[in-house]
Amino acid sequence: MAMRFRPVWIRQLGFLIQLYFPGNGSEPYYENTLKSGDILFDKRDQKIMNFKNLWTDLTKGLLHESGHEATNRYRILRRNIFILMILITIIPLIIMAVIYQHEYHSSIKQEIVIPLQTLTHKTRHTFELFFEERLSVIRFIASSYSFKELSDQKTMNRIFNVLVNEYCCLVDLGLINKKGIQLSYAGPYDFLGKDYSEQKWFQEVVVKGTYISNVFMGYRKFPHVAVAVLRRTEDGEALILRATIDTSKFDDIIASMGLNPESDAFLISRSGIIQTSSRFYGEIMDQCPLSFPPGNYEPIVTEATDPRGREILVACAPFSSAEYALVLVKPKSDVLHTWHTLRSKMLFIFISSVMLIILVVLKLTDTLVKRVKEADEKRELAYREIQHTHKLASIGRLAAGVAHEINNPMAIINEKAGLMKDLVAFDDQFRKKEKFLGLTDSILKSVERCRAITHRLLGFARRMEVQLVELDLNELIQETLGFLEKEALYRNIELVLNLADNLPLISSDRGQMQQVFLNIINNALAAVEDEGEIVITSWEEDSDTVGVSIQDNGSGMSEETLKSIFDPFFSTKQENGTGLGLAITYGIVKKMGGDIKVKSKQGEGSTFTVYLPKKTKIGPGE
Amino acid sequence: MKNLKILLVDDEEEFVTTLAERLELRGLQARTALNGEAALQMIEADTPEIVILDVLMPGIGGFEVLRRIKAQHPQIPVILLTGRGSEKEGVKGMGLGAFDYLMKPLNIEELIKKMQEAIESQP
Repeated sequence: MAMRFRPVWIRQLGFLIQLYFPGNGSEPYYENTLKSGDILFDKRDQKIMNFKNLWTDLTKGLLHESGHEATNRYRILRRNIFILMILITIIPLIIMAVIYQHEYHSSIKQEIVIPLQTLTHKTRHTFELFFEERLSVIRFIASSYSFKELSDQKTMNRIFNVLVNEYCCLVDLGLINKKGIQLSYAGPYDFLGKDYSEQKWFQEVVVKGTYISNVFMGYRKFPHVAVAVLRRTEDGEALILRATIDTSKFDDIIASMGLNPESDAFLISRSGIIQTSSRFYGEIMDQCPLSFPPGNYEPIVTEATDPRGREILVACAPFSSAEYALVLVKPKSDVLHTWHTLRSKMLFIFISSVMLIILVVLKLTDTLVKRVKEADEKRELAYREIQHTHKLASIGRLAAGVAHEINNPMAIINEKAGLMKDLVAFDDQFRKKEKFLGLTDSILKSVERCRAITHRLLGFARRMEVQLVELDLNELIQETLGFLEKEALYRNIELVLNLADNLPLISSDRGQMQQVFLNIINNALAAVEDEGEIVITSWEEDSDTVGVSIQDNGSGMSEETLKSIFDPFFSTKQENGTGLGLAITYGIVKKMGGDIKVKSKQGEGSTFTVYLPKKTKIGPGE
Repeated sequence: MKNLKILLVDDEEEFVTTLAERLELRGLQARTALNGEAALQMIEADTPEIVILDVLMPGIGGFEVLRRIKAQHPQIPVILLTGRGSEKEGVKGMGLGAFDYLMKPLNIEELIKKMQEAIESQP
């Protein structure tokens, strides 16, 4: 379809270019034409031809296309408008939605991350305080007592008892000399004399001065942490105090974080071993399935997917004093709950607005295309009317010319034949008088027929002066029927009158109105069989218009006939019609500012409906 | 009606002469003029009782001839002939003082009837 139209546009473009840049472009058009009248005429003629082509091309799509192609054209128009409108409305909406979603998402995340960091930070601080407290007590004992005193088992027992009372969670306490030998011990086990010199923690405490171990399972299989401090005495001796702490206190600290059942918090060692019990990620001493970024002191929050497939946020805070890190795990679904509600709301709004837009655009496009179609149709109708009017006018002029030219020779024939007839008629001696008179009579009759035709042609061409008078259409119709009643009676045709009471008077030309109804009723009479029926109805259409319909149950018309029914010289009556009756009727009704419509179905009959304005405004006429 | 002096004015010679002959056959005196000037001269020379005048003629047109006749001899009835079949022309002619108008081709009986009416309507 689009392909079909392209050449037309190209041709039109070419024509426009030719209009603005005629000739070869270099020489001005006027000079070219002023040199010779002939050229001027030729060019102008060509222009007119071009213009005609342009007009045909332009209107082809609108006026003379088959219904299928026209429908296709409007479908494409509808589709294009629809797509364009959808694009320009929905694209910004999508962009906005995406930006908004992104912005909101990041800001919400920020709001979630900060509390997580704070909580992790605080809890780690509590842990560090706990360790620091234990270490400082042991350091205090190491400083307050001499090596000798501490080596004494009794003193050690006494100190241990005080500590157990004052500080919770202490399991045992022991003194180890610089060779790694346990010199004294207070606690549930018997570690006296045990040699630690080969153990890693011993070497570390000798180097660093303090040591906090990872969690380990003691002899009784519950988790412990060992802490140790080193003190060098004035005489160069080194004493190491080692204490074991049970980790039940850790759980209390973690419980104090107030986590919901979906969340989890635990300690892990540098090597990823779980140090306190975890809800979801394994038992103590298990390898933690989560991995963490190499952390500095500040808690870091990362996103991850845990082995159970949950989307989680992980906050990890390494300790400075020990080889630990505090891990806080919160499921994303939990923390992002508000975000999800918001997102689904936004999605709902987005989808409903898109649907609304589509609906509105559909409706709008429909209306728009319908309007365009209507405008096209109106233009087509106007164009047809103009064409028709022009046709009628030019035929009128032609008819007038022809009629006049024919009338003069016809008058001569008439007189010559008349004279011949007279001569014979006055001569009693003429031998073949009867025969001759017959001949002249037939000539005179033919002349009479020609005269009737030329006079009708002239009548058609004539722009009769319209004389507006107040008319009662009902009365006029009855009057007109008076001319035709005889034929109806003779052929036993029933004339049914449904004339409206109180039909308002219209101002129009009596003679021409009579002609209109005479022509239409005459046609109806010609269309119906003997014993047919013609129904004439009148009514007040609206405040400005009166309608009259003439309905017959005759043979009806084909669509082809219906199309050209008002064209001059179109007749279905073969020999008897001039083809001017309905053309004249049409011309008169249009001139009076009225309208005439025909409905017809083959075999069922036709209905002519005439609409006449109450106040005639004389239109352009024939 | 017998011996009524008629002047036929029309530029179609074949038409007027034949018409004149037919009228003479019916006992009327018909003379012909082929143009306006000739018609006016003939009227001056021998005033007819009635003039049949074609509207469309070369030279002085029918209406002008009618006007001049009516100016000098208002008593002579004039019947106009028109080939155009236009009521407008007829009405215009009647406005200028013509008795009536007829359309070509003519029906001779109609013409005689019209002439009779014209003569009878005279005071």
